[in-house]
Amino acid sequence: MEKKDTIIELRGVSKVFEDNGFKAVDNFNLEVKRGEFVTFLGPSGCGKTTTLRMIAGFDKPTEGDILLNGESIVGLPPYRRPINTVFQRYALFPHMNVFDNIAFGLRQKKTAKDVIVRKVKHVLELVDLEGFEERGIGTLSGGQQQRIAIARALVNEPEILLLDEPLGALDLKMRKEMQLELKSMHDKLGITFIYVTHDQEEALTMSDKIVVMSEGRTQQIGTPEDIYNEPVNAFVADFIGESNIFNGMMTGHLKARFCGGEFSCVDDYEEGTHITAVVRPEDVEITKPGEGTITGVVDSVIFKGIHYEITVLSGRNEIVIQTVRNATVGDRVGLRVDPENIHIMLAEDHTNKFYADINPDFRLEYNGHRIETSLTKIIRGSKRREDGTVVDAAGEVLEPGRVRILVSIQPQDIEMTDDQDAGLVQGTISNLIYKGDHYSYIIHTELEQDFVVDDEDLWNMDDRVGLLMPVDKMTFTLKRK
Amino acid sequence: MAFSRKSLGIPYAVFLVVFVAAPLLFLFYYAFTDGQGQFTMQNLLHFFTDPNTLGTLYYSFSIAIVTTVVCLLLAYPVAYILATSRLRQRSVILMLFVMPMWINFSLRITALKEILNVLEGNLAMYPFLNAVIGMTYDFLPFMILPLYTTISRLDGALREAAMDLGANDVQTFLRVTLPLSVPGIISGVSMVFLPAMTNYVVLDMLYNSTYIMGSLIGSYFAAYNWHGGSMISLILLAMICLFTLLSGSVEEEGSARGALL
Repeated sequence: MEKKDTIIELRGVSKVFEDNGFKAVDNFNLEVKRGEFVTFLGPSGCGKTTTLRMIAGFDKPTEGDILLNGESIVGLPPYRRPINTVFQRYALFPHMNVFDNIAFGLRQKKTAKDVIVRKVKHVLELVDLEGFEERGIGTLSGGQQQRIAIARALVNEPEILLLDEPLGALDLKMRKEMQLELKSMHDKLGITFIYVTHDQEEALTMSDKIVVMSEGRTQQIGTPEDIYNEPVNAFVADFIGESNIFNGMMTGHLKARFCGGEFSCVDDYEEGTHITAVVRPEDVEITKPGEGTITGVVDSVIFKGIHYEITVLSGRNEIVIQTVRNATVGDRVGLRVDPENIHIMLAEDHTNKFYADINPDFRLEYNGHRIETSLTKIIRGSKRREDGTVVDAAGEVLEPGRVRILVSIQPQDIEMTDDQDAGLVQGTISNLIYKGDHYSYIIHTELEQDFVVDDEDLWNMDDRVGLLMPVDKMTFTLKRK
Repeated sequence: MAFSRKSLGIPYAVFLVVFVAAPLLFLFYYAFTDGQGQFTMQNLLHFFTDPNTLGTLYYSFSIAIVTTVVCLLLAYPVAYILATSRLRQRSVILMLFVMPMWINFSLRITALKEILNVLEGNLAMYPFLNAVIGMTYDFLPFMILPLYTTISRLDGALREAAMDLGANDVQTFLRVTLPLSVPGIISGVSMVFLPAMTNYVVLDMLYNSTYIMGSLIGSYFAAYNWHGGSMISLILLAMICLFTLLSGSVEEEGSARGALL
């Protein structure tokens, strides 16, 4: 394989917008090899477009440097960079026909007339729109405009082609076609492509290298396979494809406990390490009850064309499964996952999270116990009306059953007690590990929810305990179903 | 009788007949008749043979064109800067430019007259200049607003696309922004040029001794020469029609986007 050199490098690039102080990009580092197809992938507002605009020259980095072929281009205006952009909504000049649009860049470079005519013709063939020279922009369909926008950029033979969500405005079928065409254009031309999208499937299909971004930071850089199979954190796992993500703990050599069961896995961490486990929906197998690692009840079945999407409730955990075999709502089933299909990563934090429900009196409830706080205190802008219902800031009723409250509490803030009924929830100590100055316990509750509790005292395995959780140590987030 | 939605249009039809169609017919009638009610082309011939009326037409045109050009030159940079700036107060600044429109017209012109009096001493010395100053002052907002609307509606990505393709700021302006603001220029020009052709109150109030088309018509009617006055009105109407049609076709050719207030 030939050795490829670096065409563009971003070093510690940050961007803070002056007008609102928003940090759109935070310490972005990336090297792109000549001829690579690199995709910036992330939800809207993650900084991917801003990064692209800094490469194009429309925005200036507040910090850091951008090197093109080893030389800084930060000071160069867009019109002096050998880089062309395909804009999100094409940005074709409406007062010019197709030929003039495509010829714009060449005329700017004072290219000879006959050369322009030849090059425009050639690039129109490339995008499969021969003979469109005289057409007005307004007479073109979305897909055709898209191709003209690509042609207008490619005709300048840029060193790098930037594409800012170029397929976002097209319908699904068109988008699939264009994905393949762009990919083959890239292979044919050998130009470096930097592509921005929020569509993970698009990124996985087209890219040599994906940069997953969130809140201005790079989360993971790698090949599509790497990113799909070995996500480095819960964000990437969640964003790339559908995932079941569980908090858990290593319980032994190649054994992890999560989702109310002990699973064998192939990633090894020290016993007692808090982990996040990721299981892809297509990797969960439905078995007879009792034959799987955990059991649960089928909650919903949705037909998706080539597969069924089945949701199984196991205790408080919800597991999404994609399978070609149908199931019936209400069935008890067993679930198992092949060890190689469980991806274990270090948990970023050990915060306990659980859902509390709103009861018909609009009080917060968990496990049949009241949580002694009021909804109006924890949901900003909410009000209790005279009829006893609670409405949010927009005046919408927080209907029990449609709204849940995600409660977070740190392991050191939970206290264990022998007086089981005094606790908000009861469970059995299923694991303990000594962490130097304290023990870290996993309490397995009857609701199939595991709690992590830090305690200085030694308790015994299999002790039944109640868990005391002070309300002032809880944080609450409103979640709608 | 069944209610028909068409009957809702009756008041408008009546309005059009009484205030548009009928006056036009009267205008036609007077323009092509003499004092005895006989058909005549004399009024038309008179307009094109009388050096006085032709001179006034020429003078009116000059004032209207100069006013329009001055308005355009003043308004374009203002509209461009306001429309493309990221200033949060830009709507306030725009309002400041438009605000004179909220003040009574004659009050404004009287104030202007006092200022010009101080500067020039004798207003009668600079009739052309005063006409242009007065009309520019009066009509400038009508030029700024359509330009501002058109330019601020231009997709910023188009400017960026031009720069991306190698055009510097000046080239981007000349090849993209200016051509795309043509619809705004046309509506601005029509909104200034047409009233500038006909408005004579401004000149009257500035003690202007010269005649433009508006004042010429006024003087005919003041002298009870309804036939001559009607003919001049009709000719002016025809010219304005022609101008509107011409600018309309240019606009359609340029782009399909309309740009009015």
